Amino acid sequence: MIESLKNLVEQNAFWIITVVKIVLLVFIVLTVNAYLTWFERKAVAHIQSRWGPHRVGPHGLLQPAADGLKFLFKEDPTPQGVDRFVYYLAPLLALALSLTALAVIPFGPNPLPFKVLGQEVYLWITNPDIGLLILFSITALSVYGIALAGWASNSKYSLLGGLRSSAQMISYELALTMSVVGVMLMTKEHAFSLPHIIEAQKGRVLWGLLPAWNIFAGPFPQIVGFICFFTSAIAETNRAPFDLPEAESELVAGFHTEYASFKFAMFFIAEYTAMITVSCLATILFFGGWHSFFPEAWALPKFIPSITLIPFGLWVIYDGLKYETIWGKLVLPVIGFVMFAIGATLAALPAVNDFIQPVFWFTAKVLVFLFFYVWARGTLPRLRYDQLMNVGWKLLLPVSIANVIVTAFTVLKWGH
Amino acid sequence: MTPVLLIFFVLAGLAVLGALSLVIQKHPIHSALSLIVVMVCLAGLYLLMGAEFVAAVQIIVYGGAIMVLFIFVIMLLNAGEEERTDFSKLAKIAGLPLALALTAAISAAVVKPDASIPNATQAVIPDATKLISSMLFQEFVYPFELTSFLILVAIMGALVLAQREKK
Repeated sequence: MIESLKNLVEQNAFWIITVVKIVLLVFIVLTVNAYLTWFERKAVAHIQSRWGPHRVGPHGLLQPAADGLKFLFKEDPTPQGVDRFVYYLAPLLALALSLTALAVIPFGPNPLPFKVLGQEVYLWITNPDIGLLILFSITALSVYGIALAGWASNSKYSLLGGLRSSAQMISYELALTMSVVGVMLMTKEHAFSLPHIIEAQKGRVLWGLLPAWNIFAGPFPQIVGFICFFTSAIAETNRAPFDLPEAESELVAGFHTEYASFKFAMFFIAEYTAMITVSCLATILFFGGWHSFFPEAWALPKFIPSITLIPFGLWVIYDGLKYETIWGKLVLPVIGFVMFAIGATLAALPAVNDFIQPVFWFTAKVLVFLFFYVWARGTLPRLRYDQLMNVGWKLLLPVSIANVIVTAFTVLKWGH
Repeated sequence: MTPVLLIFFVLAGLAVLGALSLVIQKHPIHSALSLIVVMVCLAGLYLLMGAEFVAAVQIIVYGGAIMVLFIFVIMLLNAGEEERTDFSKLAKIAGLPLALALTAAISAAVVKPDASIPNATQAVIPDATKLISSMLFQEFVYPFELTSFLILVAIMGALVLAQREKK
Protein backbone atom coordinates (compact mmCIF):
# COMPACT_ATOMS: atom_id res chain seq x y z
CA MET A 1 0.00 0.00 0.00
CA ILE A 2 2.61 2.52 1.09
CA GLU A 3 4.99 1.14 -1.52
CA SER A 4 2.52 1.73 -4.36
CA LEU A 5 1.76 5.22 -3.04
CA LYS A 6 5.48 5.96 -3.05
CA ASN A 7 5.71 4.71 -6.63
CA LEU A 8 2.83 6.92 -7.65
CA VAL A 9 4.48 9.96 -6.08
CA GLU A 10 7.80 9.20 -7.75
CA GLN A 11 6.25 8.73 -11.17
CA ASN A 12 4.38 12.01 -10.95
CA ALA A 13 7.13 13.91 -9.11
CA PHE A 14 7.33 16.54 -11.84
CA TRP A 15 3.64 17.36 -11.66
CA ILE A 16 3.56 17.41 -7.86
CA ILE A 17 6.56 19.74 -7.70
CA THR A 18 5.07 22.02 -10.34
CA VAL A 19 1.76 22.30 -8.52
CA VAL A 20 3.54 23.02 -5.24
CA LYS A 21 5.67 25.65 -6.96
CA ILE A 22 2.58 27.32 -8.44
CA VAL A 23 0.82 27.39 -5.07
CA LEU A 24 3.93 28.82 -3.39
CA LEU A 25 4.43 31.46 -6.07
CA VAL A 26 0.80 32.58 -5.96
CA PHE A 27 0.98 32.76 -2.18
CA ILE A 28 4.18 34.82 -2.27
CA VAL A 29 2.90 37.13 -4.99
CA LEU A 30 -0.40 37.74 -3.21
CA THR A 31 1.47 38.57 0.00
CA VAL A 32 3.80 40.89 -1.87
CA ASN A 33 0.75 42.47 -3.49
CA ALA A 34 -0.82 43.10 -0.11
CA TYR A 35 2.28 44.74 1.28
CA LEU A 36 2.81 46.62 -1.97
CA THR A 37 -0.50 48.39 -1.32
CA TRP A 38 0.72 49.20 2.19
CA PHE A 39 4.07 50.42 0.86
CA GLU A 40 2.40 52.48 -1.85
CA ARG A 41 0.04 54.17 0.60
CA LYS A 42 2.92 54.87 2.98
CA ALA A 43 5.28 56.19 0.30
CA VAL A 44 2.66 58.37 -1.41
CA ALA A 45 1.60 59.65 2.01
CA HIS A 46 5.14 60.66 2.88
CA ILE A 47 5.56 62.32 -0.54
CA GLN A 48 2.44 64.35 0.30
CA SER A 49 3.54 65.07 3.91
CA ARG A 50 1.01 62.74 5.53
CA TRP A 51 1.40 59.70 7.74
CA GLY A 52 -0.50 57.13 5.70
CA PRO A 53 -2.05 54.08 7.37
CA HIS A 54 -0.81 53.82 10.98
CA ARG A 55 -3.73 52.64 13.11
CA VAL A 56 -4.17 48.97 12.24
CA GLY A 57 -1.14 47.30 13.73
CA PRO A 58 2.24 48.96 14.30
CA HIS A 59 3.03 51.36 11.44
CA GLY A 60 -0.22 50.22 9.82
CA LEU A 61 1.35 46.86 9.00
CA LEU A 62 -1.94 45.01 9.45
CA GLN A 63 -3.80 47.36 7.12
CA PRO A 64 -3.58 44.92 4.14
CA ALA A 65 -5.12 42.16 6.26
CA ALA A 66 -7.92 44.49 7.35
CA ASP A 67 -8.50 45.50 3.73
CA GLY A 68 -8.60 41.88 2.67
CA LEU A 69 -11.19 41.03 5.32
CA LYS A 70 -13.22 44.04 4.30
CA PHE A 71 -13.18 42.90 0.66
CA LEU A 72 -14.40 39.46 1.68
CA PHE A 73 -17.24 40.55 3.92
CA LYS A 74 -18.64 43.57 2.10
CA GLU A 75 -21.98 43.36 0.37
CA ASP A 76 -21.59 42.38 -3.26
CA PRO A 77 -24.47 43.88 -5.23
CA THR A 78 -24.90 43.28 -8.95
CA PRO A 79 -26.18 46.44 -10.65
CA GLN A 80 -29.30 46.42 -12.76
CA GLY A 81 -29.07 45.86 -16.50
CA VAL A 82 -25.59 44.33 -16.54
CA ASP A 83 -24.65 41.60 -18.97
CA ARG A 84 -24.31 38.95 -16.30
CA PHE A 85 -21.98 36.52 -18.05
CA VAL A 86 -19.47 39.15 -19.16
CA TYR A 87 -19.83 41.07 -15.89
CA TYR A 88 -18.68 38.03 -13.90
CA LEU A 89 -16.15 36.94 -16.51
CA ALA A 90 -14.22 40.22 -16.63
CA PRO A 91 -12.57 40.23 -13.17
CA LEU A 92 -11.79 36.52 -13.47
CA LEU A 93 -10.13 37.12 -16.82
CA ALA A 94 -8.09 40.05 -15.50
CA LEU A 95 -6.83 38.13 -12.45
CA ALA A 96 -6.20 34.82 -14.22
CA LEU A 97 -4.20 36.40 -17.05
CA SER A 98 -2.03 38.54 -14.81
CA LEU A 99 -1.20 35.56 -12.59
CA THR A 100 -0.46 33.36 -15.62
CA ALA A 101 2.21 35.80 -16.76
CA LEU A 102 4.30 34.97 -13.68
CA ALA A 103 4.69 31.36 -14.78
CA VAL A 104 7.49 32.15 -17.23
CA ILE A 105 9.52 34.52 -15.03
CA PRO A 106 12.86 32.99 -13.94
CA PHE A 107 13.85 34.12 -10.43
CA GLY A 108 17.28 32.54 -10.23
CA PRO A 109 19.74 30.51 -12.33
CA ASN A 110 20.58 27.60 -10.06
CA PRO A 111 18.36 24.74 -8.99
CA LEU A 112 17.87 24.25 -5.25
CA PRO A 113 21.01 22.71 -3.73
CA PHE A 114 19.08 19.57 -2.74
CA LYS A 115 16.84 17.32 -4.83
CA VAL A 116 13.14 17.04 -4.07
CA LEU A 117 11.58 13.66 -4.89
CA GLY A 118 14.63 12.94 -7.04
CA GLN A 119 14.12 16.03 -9.21
CA GLU A 120 16.11 19.22 -9.61
CA VAL A 121 13.97 22.16 -8.57
CA TYR A 122 14.59 25.32 -10.59
CA LEU A 123 13.37 28.74 -9.53
CA TRP A 124 10.82 29.08 -12.31
CA ILE A 125 7.57 27.33 -13.04
CA THR A 126 8.22 26.81 -16.71
CA ASN A 127 10.99 27.84 -19.04
CA PRO A 128 9.72 27.83 -22.62
CA ASP A 129 11.85 28.91 -25.56
CA ILE A 130 9.40 31.70 -26.31
CA GLY A 131 8.98 33.09 -22.80
CA LEU A 132 9.08 36.70 -23.94
CA LEU A 133 6.46 36.10 -26.63
CA ILE A 134 4.21 34.37 -24.10
CA LEU A 135 4.47 37.41 -21.85
CA PHE A 136 3.53 39.67 -24.74
CA SER A 137 0.60 37.51 -25.75
CA ILE A 138 -0.70 37.61 -22.19
CA THR A 139 -0.29 41.39 -22.18
CA ALA A 140 -2.20 41.49 -25.47
CA LEU A 141 -5.08 39.53 -23.95
CA SER A 142 -5.14 41.31 -20.60
CA VAL A 143 -6.92 44.34 -22.05
CA TYR A 144 -10.11 42.28 -22.27
CA GLY A 145 -10.59 42.13 -18.52
CA ILE A 146 -10.76 45.91 -18.32
CA ALA A 147 -12.55 46.61 -21.60
CA LEU A 148 -15.24 43.99 -20.96
CA ALA A 149 -15.73 45.14 -17.38
CA GLY A 150 -16.36 48.61 -18.70
CA TRP A 151 -18.80 47.40 -21.31
CA ALA A 152 -20.73 44.92 -19.17
CA SER A 153 -21.35 47.26 -16.24
CA ASN A 154 -24.13 49.21 -17.98
CA SER A 155 -22.77 52.52 -16.73
CA LYS A 156 -21.47 55.45 -18.75
CA TYR A 157 -18.43 55.95 -16.54
CA SER A 158 -17.44 52.32 -16.83
CA LEU A 159 -17.98 52.33 -20.59
CA LEU A 160 -15.75 55.39 -21.00
CA GLY A 161 -13.10 53.74 -18.83
CA GLY A 162 -13.25 50.55 -20.89
CA LEU A 163 -13.05 52.47 -24.15
CA ARG A 164 -10.09 54.48 -22.95
CA SER A 165 -8.25 51.41 -21.74
CA SER A 166 -8.65 49.48 -24.98
CA ALA A 167 -7.46 52.44 -27.06
CA GLN A 168 -4.59 53.10 -24.67
CA MET A 169 -3.39 49.53 -24.41
CA ILE A 170 -3.44 48.99 -28.18
CA SER A 171 -1.46 52.19 -28.72
CA TYR A 172 1.20 51.46 -26.13
CA GLU A 173 1.57 47.79 -26.94
CA LEU A 174 3.29 48.76 -30.20
CA ALA A 175 5.90 50.89 -28.45
CA LEU A 176 6.30 48.23 -25.74
CA THR A 177 7.04 45.50 -28.26
CA MET A 178 9.27 47.65 -30.45
CA SER A 179 11.38 48.83 -27.52
CA VAL A 180 12.26 45.22 -26.66
CA VAL A 181 13.47 44.34 -30.17
CA GLY A 182 16.81 46.06 -29.41
CA VAL A 183 17.40 43.68 -26.51
CA MET A 184 16.56 40.68 -28.67
CA LEU A 185 19.01 41.86 -31.34
CA MET A 186 21.76 42.07 -28.72
CA THR A 187 20.95 38.64 -27.30
CA LYS A 188 21.18 36.96 -30.74
CA GLU A 189 20.83 33.28 -29.82
CA HIS A 190 17.50 32.09 -28.34
CA ALA A 191 16.39 35.68 -28.12
CA PHE A 192 12.91 34.89 -26.76
CA SER A 193 14.09 32.75 -23.87
CA LEU A 194 14.27 34.82 -20.68
CA PRO A 195 17.14 32.88 -18.98
CA HIS A 196 19.15 33.18 -22.21
CA ILE A 197 18.57 36.93 -22.30
CA ILE A 198 19.90 37.17 -18.75
CA GLU A 199 22.91 34.93 -19.41
CA ALA A 200 23.82 37.06 -22.45
CA GLN A 201 24.30 39.99 -20.06
CA LYS A 202 27.08 38.33 -18.10
CA GLY A 203 30.49 39.99 -17.80
CA ARG A 204 31.85 43.53 -17.53
CA VAL A 205 32.16 46.52 -19.84
CA LEU A 206 34.02 49.85 -19.75
CA TRP A 207 37.28 48.40 -18.33
CA GLY A 208 35.32 46.41 -15.78
CA LEU A 209 33.68 49.50 -14.38
CA LEU A 210 30.10 48.50 -15.15
CA PRO A 211 28.29 45.17 -15.49
CA ALA A 212 27.45 44.12 -19.06
CA TRP A 213 23.73 44.69 -18.60
CA ASN A 214 21.86 45.67 -21.73
CA ILE A 215 21.41 49.18 -20.41
CA PHE A 216 25.18 49.71 -20.18
CA ALA A 217 26.70 47.24 -22.62
CA GLY A 218 27.54 47.83 -26.26
CA PRO A 219 27.34 47.72 -29.20
CA PHE A 220 24.48 50.09 -28.46
CA PRO A 221 23.39 50.60 -24.82
CA GLN A 222 19.62 50.26 -24.60
CA ILE A 223 18.98 53.37 -22.49
CA VAL A 224 16.48 54.80 -24.95
CA GLY A 225 14.91 51.37 -25.34
CA PHE A 226 14.54 51.09 -21.58
CA ILE A 227 12.89 54.49 -21.21
CA CYS A 228 10.42 53.65 -23.98
CA PHE A 229 9.82 50.22 -22.46
CA PHE A 230 9.16 51.40 -18.94
CA THR A 231 6.96 54.32 -20.00
CA SER A 232 4.77 52.15 -22.19
CA ALA A 233 4.76 49.43 -19.55
CA ILE A 234 3.35 51.89 -17.01
CA ALA A 235 0.68 52.74 -19.57
CA GLU A 236 0.00 49.04 -20.22
CA THR A 237 -0.56 48.40 -16.54
CA ASN A 238 -2.90 51.43 -16.31
CA ARG A 239 -0.87 53.10 -13.59
CA ALA A 240 -0.44 56.79 -12.89
CA PRO A 241 0.34 59.01 -14.78
CA PHE A 242 -1.38 56.89 -17.43
CA ASP A 243 -4.32 55.74 -15.30
CA LEU A 244 -6.97 57.27 -17.53
CA PRO A 245 -9.19 54.16 -17.52
CA GLU A 246 -9.90 54.74 -13.84
CA ALA A 247 -9.21 58.50 -13.59
CA GLU A 248 -11.09 59.12 -10.35
CA SER A 249 -11.49 62.85 -10.91
CA GLU A 250 -13.33 62.32 -14.18
CA LEU A 251 -14.86 58.83 -14.27
CA VAL A 252 -15.70 58.10 -10.58
CA ALA A 253 -13.57 54.94 -10.68
CA GLY A 254 -13.55 54.17 -14.39
CA PHE A 255 -13.97 50.62 -15.52
CA HIS A 256 -14.48 49.18 -12.03
CA THR A 257 -17.06 51.71 -10.84
CA GLU A 258 -19.82 49.10 -10.68
CA TYR A 259 -17.73 46.40 -9.03
CA ALA A 260 -17.74 45.91 -5.29
CA SER A 261 -16.31 43.58 -2.70
CA PHE A 262 -14.07 40.80 -3.92
CA LYS A 263 -14.70 41.36 -7.62
CA PHE A 264 -13.18 44.81 -7.15
CA ALA A 265 -10.32 43.23 -5.22
CA MET A 266 -9.66 40.92 -8.16
CA PHE A 267 -9.06 43.91 -10.45
CA PHE A 268 -6.86 45.40 -7.77
CA ILE A 269 -4.78 42.24 -7.38
CA ALA A 270 -4.52 41.91 -11.16
CA GLU A 271 -3.16 45.44 -11.44
CA TYR A 272 -0.54 44.93 -8.74
CA THR A 273 0.50 41.55 -10.12
CA ALA A 274 0.95 43.17 -13.53
CA MET A 275 3.18 45.75 -11.85
CA ILE A 276 5.33 42.97 -10.41
CA THR A 277 5.52 41.20 -13.78
CA VAL A 278 6.57 44.39 -15.56
CA SER A 279 9.21 45.10 -12.92
CA CYS A 280 10.57 41.56 -13.34
CA LEU A 281 10.60 42.03 -17.10
CA ALA A 282 12.45 45.35 -16.90
CA THR A 283 15.00 43.66 -14.61
CA ILE A 284 15.43 40.72 -16.97
CA LEU A 285 15.59 42.63 -20.23
CA PHE A 286 17.64 45.69 -19.34
CA PHE A 287 19.22 45.29 -15.91
CA GLY A 288 20.91 41.92 -16.10
CA GLY A 289 18.33 39.88 -14.19
CA TRP A 290 20.09 38.03 -11.39
CA HIS A 291 23.61 39.29 -12.19
CA SER A 292 25.31 41.28 -9.46
CA PHE A 293 26.30 44.90 -9.99
CA PHE A 294 29.82 44.14 -8.75
CA PRO A 295 32.48 41.86 -10.28
CA GLU A 296 32.12 38.26 -9.22
CA ALA A 297 35.66 38.12 -7.90
CA TRP A 298 34.97 40.70 -5.22
CA ALA A 299 34.23 39.15 -1.83
CA LEU A 300 32.65 42.07 0.00
CA PRO A 301 29.55 42.59 -2.24
CA LYS A 302 28.54 39.02 -1.42
CA PHE A 303 27.70 40.27 2.07
CA ILE A 304 25.36 43.02 0.90
CA PRO A 305 22.26 41.03 1.97
CA SER A 306 23.70 40.73 5.49
CA ILE A 307 24.96 44.34 5.50
CA THR A 308 21.47 45.61 4.72
CA LEU A 309 19.47 43.14 6.80
CA ILE A 310 21.44 43.27 10.08
CA PRO A 311 21.37 47.07 10.68
CA PHE A 312 17.79 47.30 9.43
CA GLY A 313 16.76 44.49 11.78
CA LEU A 314 18.52 46.21 14.69
CA TRP A 315 16.80 49.49 13.82
CA VAL A 316 13.40 47.78 13.72
CA ILE A 317 14.07 46.28 17.18
CA TYR A 318 15.06 49.72 18.52
CA ASP A 319 12.05 51.35 16.88
CA GLY A 320 9.76 48.65 18.27
CA LEU A 321 11.00 49.06 21.84
CA LYS A 322 10.08 52.75 21.86
CA TYR A 323 6.77 52.26 19.96
CA GLU A 324 3.73 53.69 21.76
CA THR A 325 1.41 50.69 21.75
CA ILE A 326 1.98 47.39 23.58
CA TRP A 327 1.17 45.55 20.36
CA GLY A 328 3.97 47.37 18.55
CA LYS A 329 6.38 46.80 21.46
CA LEU A 330 5.72 43.07 21.09
CA VAL A 331 5.55 42.59 17.33
CA LEU A 332 8.15 44.95 15.89
CA PRO A 333 11.13 43.57 17.87
CA VAL A 334 10.19 40.07 16.71
CA ILE A 335 10.17 41.19 13.05
CA GLY A 336 13.47 42.99 13.61
CA PHE A 337 14.97 39.95 15.27
CA VAL A 338 13.92 37.72 12.36
CA MET A 339 15.60 40.10 9.91
CA PHE A 340 18.70 40.25 12.07
CA ALA A 341 18.76 36.44 12.34
CA ILE A 342 18.44 35.98 8.55
CA GLY A 343 21.24 38.50 7.97
CA ALA A 344 23.47 36.82 10.56
CA THR A 345 22.77 33.33 9.12
CA LEU A 346 23.68 34.50 5.64
CA ALA A 347 26.93 35.99 6.94
CA ALA A 348 27.76 32.79 8.84
CA LEU A 349 26.93 30.22 6.14
CA PRO A 350 28.81 30.93 2.86
CA ALA A 351 27.01 28.12 0.99
CA VAL A 352 23.56 29.58 1.69
CA ASN A 353 24.88 33.07 0.99
CA ASP A 354 26.22 32.02 -2.41
CA PHE A 355 22.94 30.41 -3.34
CA ILE A 356 20.94 33.45 -2.28
CA GLN A 357 23.03 35.98 -4.28
CA PRO A 358 21.22 35.82 -7.67
CA VAL A 359 17.80 35.76 -6.01
CA PHE A 360 18.80 38.71 -3.83
CA TRP A 361 19.93 40.81 -6.80
CA PHE A 362 16.84 39.94 -8.80
CA THR A 363 14.52 40.83 -5.94
CA ALA A 364 16.40 44.02 -5.15
CA LYS A 365 16.09 45.27 -8.73
CA VAL A 366 12.41 44.36 -8.88
CA LEU A 367 11.81 46.29 -5.66
CA VAL A 368 13.56 49.33 -7.12
CA PHE A 369 11.22 49.28 -10.11
CA LEU A 370 8.19 48.85 -7.86
CA PHE A 371 9.36 51.91 -5.95
CA PHE A 372 9.62 53.73 -9.30
CA TYR A 373 5.98 52.94 -9.95
CA VAL A 374 4.95 54.40 -6.59
CA TRP A 375 7.27 57.36 -7.01
CA ALA A 376 5.79 58.16 -10.43
CA ARG A 377 2.28 57.96 -8.99
CA GLY A 378 3.18 60.29 -6.15
CA THR A 379 4.94 62.81 -8.40
CA LEU A 380 3.48 63.07 -11.87
CA PRO A 381 0.07 64.53 -12.79
CA ARG A 382 -2.25 62.46 -14.98
CA LEU A 383 -2.01 63.06 -18.73
CA ARG A 384 -4.92 64.40 -20.71
CA TYR A 385 -6.38 61.96 -23.24
CA ASP A 386 -4.97 63.68 -26.35
CA GLN A 387 -1.59 64.07 -24.64
CA LEU A 388 -1.65 60.34 -23.90
CA MET A 389 -2.26 59.49 -27.55
CA ASN A 390 0.40 61.97 -28.70
CA VAL A 391 3.01 60.52 -26.35
CA GLY A 392 2.22 57.00 -27.50
CA TRP A 393 2.04 57.45 -31.24
CA LYS A 394 4.18 60.51 -31.97
CA LEU A 395 6.93 60.12 -29.38
CA LEU A 396 7.39 56.58 -28.04
CA LEU A 397 6.67 54.66 -31.24
CA PRO A 398 9.03 56.62 -33.57
CA VAL A 399 11.75 56.72 -30.92
CA SER A 400 11.55 52.99 -30.28
CA ILE A 401 11.60 52.25 -34.02
CA ALA A 402 14.66 54.49 -34.39
CA ASN A 403 16.21 52.59 -31.49
CA VAL A 404 15.62 49.30 -33.32
CA ILE A 405 17.22 50.62 -36.52
CA VAL A 406 20.29 52.04 -34.77
CA THR A 407 20.72 48.89 -32.68
CA ALA A 408 20.43 46.70 -35.75
CA PHE A 409 23.13 48.68 -37.55
CA THR A 410 25.52 48.72 -34.58
CA VAL A 411 25.03 45.01 -33.93
CA LEU A 412 25.73 44.33 -37.58
CA LYS A 413 28.86 46.50 -37.58
CA TRP A 414 30.40 46.01 -34.12
CA GLY A 415 28.58 43.01 -32.68
CA HIS A 416 30.73 39.91 -32.56
CA MET B 1 -5.33 8.12 -25.43
CA THR B 2 -2.14 10.08 -25.10
CA PRO B 3 -2.16 13.42 -23.27
CA VAL B 4 -1.36 15.22 -26.52
CA LEU B 5 -4.40 13.70 -28.21
CA LEU B 6 -6.55 14.59 -25.21
CA ILE B 7 -5.41 18.22 -25.32
CA PHE B 8 -6.00 18.24 -29.06
CA PHE B 9 -9.60 17.08 -28.70
CA VAL B 10 -10.30 19.54 -25.90
CA LEU B 11 -8.91 22.45 -27.94
CA ALA B 12 -10.55 21.32 -31.16
CA GLY B 13 -13.91 20.86 -29.43
CA LEU B 14 -13.65 24.30 -27.83
CA ALA B 15 -12.74 25.85 -31.17
CA VAL B 16 -15.77 24.29 -32.88
CA LEU B 17 -18.05 25.32 -30.00
CA GLY B 18 -16.64 28.85 -30.15
CA ALA B 19 -17.23 29.03 -33.89
CA LEU B 20 -20.81 27.81 -33.49
CA SER B 21 -21.47 30.27 -30.70
CA LEU B 22 -19.97 33.03 -32.86
CA VAL B 23 -22.73 32.44 -35.43
CA ILE B 24 -25.56 31.75 -33.00
CA GLN B 25 -25.01 34.55 -30.43
CA LYS B 26 -27.24 37.56 -30.93
CA HIS B 27 -25.10 40.23 -29.31
CA PRO B 28 -22.00 41.45 -31.22
CA ILE B 29 -19.83 41.45 -28.07
CA HIS B 30 -20.70 37.82 -27.34
CA SER B 31 -19.88 36.92 -30.93
CA ALA B 32 -16.56 38.74 -30.67
CA LEU B 33 -15.78 36.91 -27.42
CA SER B 34 -16.53 33.58 -29.11
CA LEU B 35 -14.17 34.51 -31.90
CA ILE B 36 -11.44 35.17 -29.30
CA VAL B 37 -12.04 31.68 -27.90
CA VAL B 38 -11.58 30.26 -31.41
CA MET B 39 -8.35 32.23 -31.90
CA VAL B 40 -6.87 31.13 -28.58
CA CYS B 41 -7.81 27.48 -29.23
CA LEU B 42 -6.16 27.64 -32.64
CA ALA B 43 -3.04 29.05 -31.00
CA GLY B 44 -3.09 26.06 -28.66
CA LEU B 45 -3.33 23.71 -31.65
CA TYR B 46 -0.32 25.39 -33.28
CA LEU B 47 1.55 24.96 -30.02
CA LEU B 48 0.73 21.24 -30.05
CA MET B 49 2.27 21.02 -33.52
CA GLY B 50 5.49 22.58 -32.23
CA ALA B 51 4.95 25.90 -33.98
CA GLU B 52 5.64 28.04 -30.92
CA PHE B 53 6.25 31.29 -32.77
CA VAL B 54 3.11 31.02 -34.88
CA ALA B 55 1.08 30.25 -31.77
CA ALA B 56 2.37 33.30 -29.93
CA VAL B 57 1.86 35.55 -32.96
CA GLN B 58 -1.66 34.17 -33.40
CA ILE B 59 -2.54 35.32 -29.89
CA ILE B 60 -0.67 38.65 -30.07
CA VAL B 61 -1.98 39.71 -33.48
CA TYR B 62 -5.38 38.05 -33.83
CA GLY B 63 -6.39 37.42 -30.22
CA GLY B 64 -4.89 40.68 -29.00
CA ALA B 65 -4.70 43.51 -31.49
CA ILE B 66 -7.37 42.71 -34.06
CA MET B 67 -10.03 41.47 -31.65
CA VAL B 68 -9.41 44.39 -29.29
CA LEU B 69 -10.13 46.69 -32.23
CA PHE B 70 -13.34 44.74 -32.97
CA ILE B 71 -14.47 45.12 -29.37
CA PHE B 72 -13.40 48.76 -29.32
CA VAL B 73 -15.56 49.50 -32.36
CA ILE B 74 -18.53 47.56 -30.98
CA MET B 75 -18.25 49.47 -27.71
CA LEU B 76 -17.77 52.81 -29.46
CA LEU B 77 -20.85 52.36 -31.64
CA ASN B 78 -22.72 50.88 -28.67
CA ALA B 79 -24.12 48.23 -31.00
CA GLY B 80 -27.17 46.49 -29.59
CA GLU B 81 -28.54 43.04 -30.31
CA GLU B 82 -28.70 42.26 -33.98
CA GLU B 83 -31.97 41.66 -35.76
CA ARG B 84 -32.43 38.48 -37.73
CA THR B 85 -33.62 38.93 -41.28
CA ASP B 86 -34.46 36.53 -44.07
CA PHE B 87 -32.64 38.68 -46.55
CA SER B 88 -30.80 36.18 -48.70
CA LYS B 89 -33.00 33.87 -50.77
CA LEU B 90 -29.89 32.13 -52.10
CA ALA B 91 -28.77 31.17 -48.59
CA LYS B 92 -32.22 29.80 -47.81
CA ILE B 93 -32.33 27.51 -50.83
CA ALA B 94 -28.72 26.61 -51.51
CA GLY B 95 -27.23 27.07 -48.03
CA LEU B 96 -27.72 23.62 -46.59
CA PRO B 97 -26.73 21.65 -49.74
CA LEU B 98 -23.63 23.77 -50.22
CA ALA B 99 -22.61 23.36 -46.57
CA LEU B 100 -23.09 19.60 -46.86
CA ALA B 101 -21.04 19.52 -50.06
CA LEU B 102 -18.20 21.42 -48.42
CA THR B 103 -18.25 19.14 -45.37
CA ALA B 104 -18.27 16.09 -47.64
CA ALA B 105 -15.33 17.38 -49.67
CA ILE B 106 -13.27 18.14 -46.58
CA SER B 107 -14.07 14.88 -44.84
CA ALA B 108 -13.27 12.96 -48.02
CA ALA B 109 -9.85 14.58 -48.09
CA VAL B 110 -9.34 13.78 -44.42
CA VAL B 111 -10.51 10.17 -44.64
CA LYS B 112 -8.58 9.31 -47.79
CA PRO B 113 -5.44 11.42 -47.79
CA ASP B 114 -3.70 12.23 -51.03
CA ALA B 115 -0.48 10.24 -51.26
CA SER B 116 1.32 13.14 -52.90
CA ILE B 117 0.98 15.26 -49.75
CA PRO B 118 3.48 14.09 -47.14
CA ASN B 119 2.28 13.47 -43.61
CA ALA B 120 3.31 15.96 -40.99
CA THR B 121 6.21 14.56 -39.05
CA GLN B 122 6.24 14.93 -35.29
CA ALA B 123 7.63 18.40 -35.46
CA VAL B 124 9.72 19.88 -32.76
CA ILE B 125 12.01 21.80 -35.06
CA PRO B 126 14.92 23.25 -33.12
CA ASP B 127 15.10 27.02 -33.51
CA ALA B 128 11.92 27.24 -35.54
CA THR B 129 11.68 30.97 -34.95
CA LYS B 130 15.13 31.52 -36.43
CA LEU B 131 14.19 29.44 -39.49
CA ILE B 132 11.03 31.46 -40.01
CA SER B 133 12.85 34.76 -39.78
CA SER B 134 15.66 33.76 -42.15
CA MET B 135 13.07 32.47 -44.64
CA LEU B 136 11.09 35.67 -44.32
CA PHE B 137 13.98 38.06 -44.65
CA GLN B 138 16.13 36.18 -47.18
CA GLU B 139 14.19 33.86 -49.44
CA PHE B 140 10.83 35.61 -49.38
CA VAL B 141 12.00 39.15 -48.70
CA TYR B 142 10.35 40.68 -51.80
CA PRO B 143 6.88 39.16 -51.27
CA PHE B 144 7.19 40.12 -47.60
CA GLU B 145 8.08 43.74 -48.35
CA LEU B 146 5.39 43.93 -51.03
CA THR B 147 2.80 42.70 -48.52
CA SER B 148 3.80 45.32 -46.01
CA PHE B 149 3.62 47.93 -48.76
CA LEU B 150 0.12 46.72 -49.61
CA ILE B 151 -0.91 47.08 -45.97
CA LEU B 152 0.53 50.60 -45.89
CA VAL B 153 -1.50 51.50 -48.98
CA ALA B 154 -4.62 50.08 -47.34
CA ILE B 155 -4.02 52.15 -44.19
CA MET B 156 -3.54 55.33 -46.22
CA GLY B 157 -6.65 54.55 -48.25
CA ALA B 158 -8.66 54.12 -45.06
CA LEU B 159 -7.34 57.45 -43.76
CA VAL B 160 -8.24 59.24 -47.00
CA LEU B 161 -11.74 57.78 -46.99
CA ALA B 162 -12.24 58.69 -43.33
CA GLN B 163 -11.02 62.26 -43.79
CA ARG B 164 -13.13 63.00 -46.87
CA GLU B 165 -16.40 63.27 -44.98
CA LYS B 166 -15.21 66.18 -42.85
CA LYS B 167 -14.84 68.68 -45.74
